[in-house]
Amino acid sequence: MRLSSFEYAFRDAFRSMKRNKVMCIASIATVAVSLLILGCAWLLVLNSQHLANVMESELEINAYIKQDVTREDALNLRRKFEAIGGVAQVTFVSKEEGLKGLQERFGEDTSILDALGGNNPLPDMYRLKAKIAEDVPRIAGEVEEIPEVENVRYGQGLVERLLALTNWMRTVGVVIVVVIGLAAIFLIATSIRITVFARRREIGIMKLVGATDWYIRWPFFLEGMMVGLVGAVLAVLALHVFYANLVQNVVLTLNFLPILRDTNIILNVYKWLLLIGTFLGAVGSAISLRRFLKV
Amino acid sequence: MIQLFNVSKIYQGEVTVEALKDINLHIKRGEFVFLVGPSGAGKSTLTRLLIREELPTEGQILVNGKSLLRLREREVPYYRRKIGFVFQDFRLLMERTVYENVAFAMEAIEMPRHEVKEQVPAILEMVGLEDKLNFYPHQLSGGQQQRVCIARAIANNPLIVIADEPTGNLDPDTSWEVMNLLQAINKRGTTVITATHDRDIVNRMQKRVIALDAGHLIRDEERGEY
Repeated sequence: MRLSSFEYAFRDAFRSMKRNKVMCIASIATVAVSLLILGCAWLLVLNSQHLANVMESELEINAYIKQDVTREDALNLRRKFEAIGGVAQVTFVSKEEGLKGLQERFGEDTSILDALGGNNPLPDMYRLKAKIAEDVPRIAGEVEEIPEVENVRYGQGLVERLLALTNWMRTVGVVIVVVIGLAAIFLIATSIRITVFARRREIGIMKLVGATDWYIRWPFFLEGMMVGLVGAVLAVLALHVFYANLVQNVVLTLNFLPILRDTNIILNVYKWLLLIGTFLGAVGSAISLRRFLKV
Repeated sequence: MIQLFNVSKIYQGEVTVEALKDINLHIKRGEFVFLVGPSGAGKSTLTRLLIREELPTEGQILVNGKSLLRLREREVPYYRRKIGFVFQDFRLLMERTVYENVAFAMEAIEMPRHEVKEQVPAILEMVGLEDKLNFYPHQLSGGQQQRVCIARAIANNPLIVIADEPTGNLDPDTSWEVMNLLQAINKRGTTVITATHDRDIVNRMQKRVIALDAGHLIRDEERGEY
C-alpha cells in the first residue's frame, strides 16, 4: 500500500466520522465508559493484590526447637533454614528473648518468671519469612521435617483465605472486562456497519474501477481504531483524575491502607487501556467488514 | 482482445433462467461494437461476465489472452483497471464535486496524489468539462453528468470501455454528444463496447453490431444496423 493511499484512507475515515457524527460519538462514549469500568476493575484488582502482598510479606512461620537441643546446635540450624527454597529471612529468637517479649506484653506489674516458678518454659525458636505467600504451607512442611524442630506454627488458614480472595477478585475482574469488552465491540461493529451501508454506492464504484479489497477496507479500519483510541484516551483521562484524587484522599485520611502508588504500574495500566481501545475498534470494524463488504 | 468460446450463463433459482446460450464471439483491439437486443436478451449478463462480476456457467472467456475463469480473486481488481465502465444512471457520487468524482477512480487504484492532481484536469478537458471542476453533479445537466462518468471511466487509461445504455436517460442531441465522445475515445485505440436500445444511433454510426435475443447471438455484422 502506498503512502498516498493512507492519506486517502485517513481523509475518508475523518470524512465519514464527520458524516455519522451521532453514531460516532455514541461509539466513542461506549468505549470510554467500558474502558473506564475496566480500568477501575483493574486498579481494584491491582490494589487487592498489592494489599495481599503487603499482608503476605508480614506472614511468619515460627519453628520451635526441641528443648533437649543445645544452644550451639540450635544456632547451627540457621543454615538448614536458609537452605529451604523460597525463604526470604531467618531470625533466631532465643528462649530468653521470647520471655522478654512475653513479659512486655503482660506488663511490668507481674513477673511471669516468678509465676512460672523460676523456670523458663519457652523453647528457642526461629522466625522465617517467605518470599511469596503461596510457599508458606510448603516451607512449613519442610521445616517440620527437620528433626530438631518440635513443631511449626504459621497463620494457617489466613494465607489461604487471602489468596482465595485475590484470585476471586481477579476472576470477577476478568469476567467484567470480557462482558464490557464485547459490548464495546458490538457497538463499534454496528457503527461501522452503518458507515459501510451509507457508503455502499461508493464501495460498489470503487470495486468496479479496480480498487483492492484492502484499499476499500482501510478507511473503515482506521475509523474503528480511531473511535476506539479516542474512547480509550477519554477513559484514561477520567481514570487518572479519579485515581489521583483517591490516592490523595487515602494518603491524607486512611494512611494505614496500603494503596498502590507505583507510577510505572499505573502507567502500564493506561498504556494497556489505550491498546485495548484501539484493538476493540479494529475488531469491531473487522466484524462488520467481513460480513458487509461483499459487493 | 476479447474472445468468448461457447459461453453459457444459467441462473439457478426458483425459476431457472438461461441468460446466455452458447455464445462465440471475437472482438479485436480497437474495435467499436454495438450490443443490441430487447430487454432480457442477455446484454447486461454479457457485460457482467466481461468485468468478472460473475463467472460463466460454461465456456471460456479470454481477455487480452488471459482466461477470466482462471483469474484469482485477488487479481480481479487489477484486471478491472483495464476496463472503464459507463452507466445508464451515471453512478456519480452526489456529495462530491466533478473533480473529486474523477479523482476518486484514480485514488482507488492508488495513484500518487501529485499525478491525480495533474491528470484530472486534463481528462476533464478532454470531455469538455474543464470549467466545471468544482460543480456538484446535481448542478449539471444529464449529458454533462454522463461526460463526468465517461471521464471517470477513462481516467485510468483502460484498454476497453464498456458502456451500458449510455444514452438511455438522455435526449437525442445530448445522446449524440456522448456517442461522439465515445467515438473519440475509440479513435485513440480503446476498444469500446456499447449496449444500447437506440436504433437511430446504431443505424447512423455504421459500426459492428452484435444482436442478442433470449440469450442467443442472432446476428453479428460489420457496419450493421439495429
